[in-house]
Amino acid sequence: MITLNKETIAIKREQDVVFFRNRVNEYAEKIKMGLVNKTKLLTAASELVRNMLIYAKEGKVICEIVTISALQTGIRLTFIDNGPGIADIDKAMTDGYTTGKSLGLGLPGAKRLVNIFDVKTVKGKGTTISITKWKNG
Amino acid sequence: MDKIPILKMGDYLLVTIQVDLYDRLALNLESDLVNMINKHSSKGVLIDISAVNIVDSFMGRILGNIAQMSKILDAHTVVVGMQPAVAITLIELGLPLSGVHTALNVEKGMTLLQEKLFLDSTVIADDTDDNT
Repeated sequence: MITLNKETIAIKREQDVVFFRNRVNEYAEKIKMGLVNKTKLLTAASELVRNMLIYAKEGKVICEIVTISALQTGIRLTFIDNGPGIADIDKAMTDGYTTGKSLGLGLPGAKRLVNIFDVKTVKGKGTTISITKWKNG
Repeated sequence: MDKIPILKMGDYLLVTIQVDLYDRLALNLESDLVNMINKHSSKGVLIDISAVNIVDSFMGRILGNIAQMSKILDAHTVVVGMQPAVAITLIELGLPLSGVHTALNVEKGMTLLQEKLFLDSTVIADDTDDNT
């Protein structure tokens, strides 16, 4: 996978979420991503950035435009935090499971909305979640 | 601080969400709406989300909460103008928004609210007929 464009956005408070979403929107428009795919990507990003704010208080997101061939271009977002980590990742990926007060749809829902979903978490050290959405797919 | 305006129109409350929502804003809207229903004894709430680009699980939960809270305060809620891409995303996310009435646009939403209000009043009228 080749990275064409890269930017890091710090997430420290709720208002940063709006700025972050707008930036992702701009990236999606730059590669002419369709409306439905763009909406899915933005929704998944919104879920993950909320998790970051709730459980880790702050973190950062790396936005990249990636390509694997002349045909496939997409956006990869990597959410990095130094929060408490996820104790039971299998449970966390199940619909309806939450340790907070939410509906428990964030992680499994976000996974359904994107093409590639990758979680790395170490308890007590932090969580890194990477999602990729292709322009057509 | 940002605030989403709530307009009173007769028995109804109108909310048009024109800004990018973040969580605090949505929570404030929820409590403001419930207070307004109580203050004006409103019978219906119409929420226009045609300018909202994304509805995630939190926002969906708030919409559901508003519908349920207004229901126990004897008011109906209709959400109107959802973008097709938002509808597709909501279902894939796993949030069917059950319990929330929807309509395609403000006009149809208003008609739906009026029908519901009319239905309520006829039911009450029938009840009084039985008693006499």
